[in-house]
Amino acid sequence: MIQVKRTGRKRFANYEFHILWLPFLILFFIFTILPILSSVVLSFTDFDAVSSPRFIGLDNYFRMFTGDEVLPVALKNTVMFAIFIGPFGFALSFFLAWIINEFGKTARSILSFLFYSPALVGNVFYIWQIAFSGDAYGYINSFLMSFGIVTEPIQWFRNESYVFPLIVIIQLWLSMGVSFLANIAGLQNVDDELYEAGAIDGIKTRWHELWYITLPSMKSILLFGIVMQIQAAFSVGAIPMALAGYPSVNHAVDTILSHLQDVGTERFEMGYASAISVLLFVLIIVTKKLLTKFVNFMGR
Amino acid sequence: MKNKKAYRKYTRSVIGNIFYFAFLIVFGAFAILPLVIQVITSFKPLDELLIFPPRFYVVRPTFENYKVLPTLLSNLKIPLSRYVFNSLFVSVTATVLHIFVASGAAYTISKSKIKYKNIVFAFVQFALLFNAYTLAIPRYLIYSNLRMIDTYLVYILPYIPSTLGVFLMKQFMDTGIPDALLEAAQIDGAGQFRVFFRIALPLVKPAWLTLALFAFRDMWTITGSGTIFTESMKTLPEITSTIASGGLARSGSAMAMSVIMMIPPIIVYLISQSSVKETMSTSGIK
Repeated sequence: MIQVKRTGRKRFANYEFHILWLPFLILFFIFTILPILSSVVLSFTDFDAVSSPRFIGLDNYFRMFTGDEVLPVALKNTVMFAIFIGPFGFALSFFLAWIINEFGKTARSILSFLFYSPALVGNVFYIWQIAFSGDAYGYINSFLMSFGIVTEPIQWFRNESYVFPLIVIIQLWLSMGVSFLANIAGLQNVDDELYEAGAIDGIKTRWHELWYITLPSMKSILLFGIVMQIQAAFSVGAIPMALAGYPSVNHAVDTILSHLQDVGTERFEMGYASAISVLLFVLIIVTKKLLTKFVNFMGR
Repeated sequence: MKNKKAYRKYTRSVIGNIFYFAFLIVFGAFAILPLVIQVITSFKPLDELLIFPPRFYVVRPTFENYKVLPTLLSNLKIPLSRYVFNSLFVSVTATVLHIFVASGAAYTISKSKIKYKNIVFAFVQFALLFNAYTLAIPRYLIYSNLRMIDTYLVYILPYIPSTLGVFLMKQFMDTGIPDALLEAAQIDGAGQFRVFFRIALPLVKPAWLTLALFAFRDMWTITGSGTIFTESMKTLPEITSTIASGGLARSGSAMAMSVIMMIPPIIVYLISQSSVKETMSTSGIK
């Protein structure tokens, strides 16, 4: 590759760059930054979505750790879900994309479709509800009963020992779409010449190739995948709520997000809900910082 | 350039290939199973839907669930075509605008020398990680102040600055567009707009095709709950949930409707995947 020296380079016309990002900046400020800032401000108030907010200082934040029995459990569950879904989900989505990338165009398209398909199914809960239905009509229950493995239908989503792994599987299945497709596109962007050079320089297995060429070449796409996976891992909430209800049995799968929705939608304590979302935000940012360090370590 | 993957014969083993293929098939089957169940269920006649013990397969497949859809839908006050139009219009418009707006911002962040671009990018990443749930109320106030309630704008405008797109495009542009190429274009007298449309965007085609997929899928499932009140402004997913709320007797038709709803995202997927070239990597520099 040609490396042009940066010195003596003609300055790009900045005004054209400004025009290119202006539409984004305006809309981003109105529809994202402004609401986020208001949400942070609301976290210091007792806003109930009807009457006007009253400033109460850090009371909402104190309440999280002293006056809320569900939050510690929800926090623990959220972290547990994140540990299972984050690293494992990301590794799986990268690994699958990496192997699929070896195949020819047709095989690659078909295989990618298989793994992207969960993102296409609209009403996801419905499918899993049928399969793991608590009565004998559920596919899994009727299958197990027909072989005499169990005599009574299992209440999958009402049983403390089953509900957590089940939600992990469903969530993994669901979260494949985005980081998987980004990885597929990222792998296609790696220069073939690098692989050729690597083969000449004596790389013998695909695993060496992966660590020394593929991973370092797509660091920035990996970072994207990691950020998306962190976000998915900490956003578990809607699915346990739909399948196991809220509160779930013995709070087994209640997460910060489902707690947040309960506080906000059922009890209309928007001030407190905002404080919880700020907590979740801080948790995610810290995790992301740590993982970014790991990405920069790869290929050494 | 024949046999361009020749290097692979040094780094791949046949046993490895077979192992990985088997691995893919197992996981692939798991991934697509729910979709298969959905399609099969949509072809089940009513008595098979209710049969005990439940069957995974269908004995007497029927199109009945699909055939009753028009009569079910004729009860709607608004013709179905209006909902189809709404969904298609907002999905296509938002997807196209999102790609251009996000790419423009990503290009500036990735390649310009503007000083505070890194601050903007930090905000983009923070926004991506902030959970959207508590933003609903502040957003509603903004919509109503901008008189967007009950218009198509409420579907489209908030999606355009979606941070996922900027982040994805920026990551691809960092590695996918060599600075040397841009400088060469500059020296040849091309303006920044020309470079953006003629060089930058074509180079990261896999990225924005992937982005188009995400955006279309998100927009296709969007509902205007809380912000759209006029019936004729609503989208297709709301019709699906109306049918699904008809109870057990309607569950076959609800499945049929969901299967039909999957078709447009699948078409977008096929188009985008088939236009991703075999290799995009050489970037015009040799």
